[in-house]
Amino acid sequence: MVKINGKTEAAAGMTVDQYLETANYDSKRIVVERNEEILPREQYSETILRDGDVVEIISFMGGG
Amino acid sequence: MENQFFVDSELLPPEALAKKHALETDPSSRKNHMEYLPGMERIQSDVCANVMEQMNSYDYNKYTAKDVKAALEHETCTIEDFKALLSPAAEPFLEEMAQRARLETSKHFGNTVYLFTPLYIANYCENYCVYCGFNCYNHIQRMKLTMEQIEHEMKVIADSGMEEILILTGESRAQSDVDYIGEACKLARKYFRMVGLEIYPVNVDEYRYLHECGADYVTVFQETYDTDKYETLHLMGHKRVWPYRFDAQERALMGGMRGVAFSALLGLSDFRKDALASALHVYYLQRKYPYAEMALSCPRLRPIINNDKINPLDVHEKQLCQILCAYRIFLPFVGITVSSRESAAFRNGIVKIAATKVSAGVSTGIGDHESKYTGKEQEGEQGDEQFEINDNRSLDKMYQDIAGEGLQPVLNDYVYV
Amino acid sequence: MNDDKLMIGGHEFESRFILGSGKYSMSLIEAAVKDAGAEIITLSVRRANTKDQENILDFIPEGVTLLPNTSGARNAQEAVRIARLARELGCGSFVKIEIMRDSKYLLPDNQETIKATEILANEGFVVMPYMYPDLNAARDLVNAGAAAVMPLASPIGSNKGLATKDFIQILIDEIDLPIIVDAGIGRPSQACEAMEMGAAAIMANTALATAGDLPMMASAFRSAIEAGRKAYLAGLGRVLTRGASASDPLTGFLRD
Repeated sequence: MVKINGKTEAAAGMTVDQYLETANYDSKRIVVERNEEILPREQYSETILRDGDVVEIISFMGGG
Repeated sequence: MENQFFVDSELLPPEALAKKHALETDPSSRKNHMEYLPGMERIQSDVCANVMEQMNSYDYNKYTAKDVKAALEHETCTIEDFKALLSPAAEPFLEEMAQRARLETSKHFGNTVYLFTPLYIANYCENYCVYCGFNCYNHIQRMKLTMEQIEHEMKVIADSGMEEILILTGESRAQSDVDYIGEACKLARKYFRMVGLEIYPVNVDEYRYLHECGADYVTVFQETYDTDKYETLHLMGHKRVWPYRFDAQERALMGGMRGVAFSALLGLSDFRKDALASALHVYYLQRKYPYAEMALSCPRLRPIINNDKINPLDVHEKQLCQILCAYRIFLPFVGITVSSRESAAFRNGIVKIAATKVSAGVSTGIGDHESKYTGKEQEGEQGDEQFEINDNRSLDKMYQDIAGEGLQPVLNDYVYV
Repeated sequence: MNDDKLMIGGHEFESRFILGSGKYSMSLIEAAVKDAGAEIITLSVRRANTKDQENILDFIPEGVTLLPNTSGARNAQEAVRIARLARELGCGSFVKIEIMRDSKYLLPDNQETIKATEILANEGFVVMPYMYPDLNAARDLVNAGAAAVMPLASPIGSNKGLATKDFIQILIDEIDLPIIVDAGIGRPSQACEAMEMGAAAIMANTALATAGDLPMMASAFRSAIEAGRKAYLAGLGRVLTRGASASDPLTGFLRD
């Protein structure tokens, strides 16, 4: 299982690209952090999510 | 040449006289005053560039009474305000400036006035600065005190009640090296609570050493910030190197000194520009070293041995007072020292407005404190004076006079850490 | 007035009003930016929405500089992490450091802010630290490589105005970077007063978000900030004090 934005998801084995597609994220508007390390955009297609990974998908929101 | 400074001694050998004349009349015989000499440390600093930019662009004739009034109304005095206060347009507002200056002085210093005395331990000098009594071509009695003599002088001064001392030498590294000055500082720590130095500029590690020996304050007068004018007055020697001198205070702070003091010798060049540069030298260094203590002096030219014509030119008492009021309004936190070059009447008046420190029991000669303090004929030789002083009040008299003005004389309130 | 530009980290701005984008609907952002005349807008960095939901970037007009904040960070390390994520989003290298170790008053932690500023400035960020107006901390921020200093006027979101006025004035007088008053400015008159004092810019969010008509309030702030700036550049006129202080002349002793 993979923990993504705090939720446990059955995403192990998928590439990051595949997951973003499935979950309906706009990959140009987000940044992915895997196990507290920023994942460069060009590695989304080759990086496979593994069991136990902690992933954050981050974007801009309103703020002061 | 336009200055009244050159005096030839009949005792100079012909070669020395020829060299002196060449230096005075032929600029090509003089070294480049902007070039460092071997052994002079260079530090990275933008203070000088900032000061010079402001000074070079300062046109004091463009300021009007309106600018001066506005400056006096502002709660915080900006650089522009300060420029107005130093301008000729401010002269009619001297009383208003004095009132404001007194307010600022009392906010930062209460009604205290600090007392100190200088101690000249040697008058050898390897520079030819044409206005100075110690210059190497001036025929005077030269002397360098031994440690025993220094200690004797210090005892005499300490017995008068003085707690703060300023140790001075002529600017000769060869005759008065850093070790010699360091030993004098160690002795001074025994007799005084606060030790300042007014010696030739040195490198950071040397300032650090002198601090370890007990000195905590360094005074270096830039004489004039007008480099072209400086070149025509400081014809030979290490002191001729203007930029090394400019960075002396910063090197002293880098070496761990608690405080530094500054001044131009007013009357050498355009005094308004020199006053501006002196204060901005403090201003920019204070921003860079906010913990450092800063002080300004305001010496005017005085007659020297073998030349009684030297005088402060266009810097009359009113101009001097204007400068000091402007300093106080622009730099409320700065110490302002007024030396015995000025008259007793001037010093009594200015401590009520802007000055926070005055000297007393002053001799600018070498080894003559006992005779000056007690009237007793002293054994052995004595060295001649750097310049004629004007106010020769003793510590006791000065103390009483200050107290009589309703102010609080303070001998010292400082802890060496 | 035309060459009076706000310079932050080598970037030039005409507007001196930095707009927050929190606590109001995204649909109002475009009108707010337009009526504020703002060239910089702050954003926070949060877990992403999916494509079905709105994305704030779609509501921000072209050419506006994004200033992500590190809100949510409780220490320097977390702020650095958030700043790096923000830069990875590909919208420039500006960052507003905001570190709170106090969730009741939301006061910034100056010590941690200095640490984060140093790390991020070394990584090439244009660092704009939000801070409590303390002169020593501000000097440390300058030395750490900040591009501006953003002292608070009063607690964030309080709309209480210039509670720290005297201390902000000290920063304006002593610090050679733009001083941008951030947090607590609730009314245009308060923004104007800060600008008259010599502040380089004003950052406001809650004052607008809680106003009756947000775009109209943005416009009111814009006018107030411009008025304050002009007054500062013009030089304020005199204030007459009541009564005179009669005393003997101090300069009677001077000789010619």
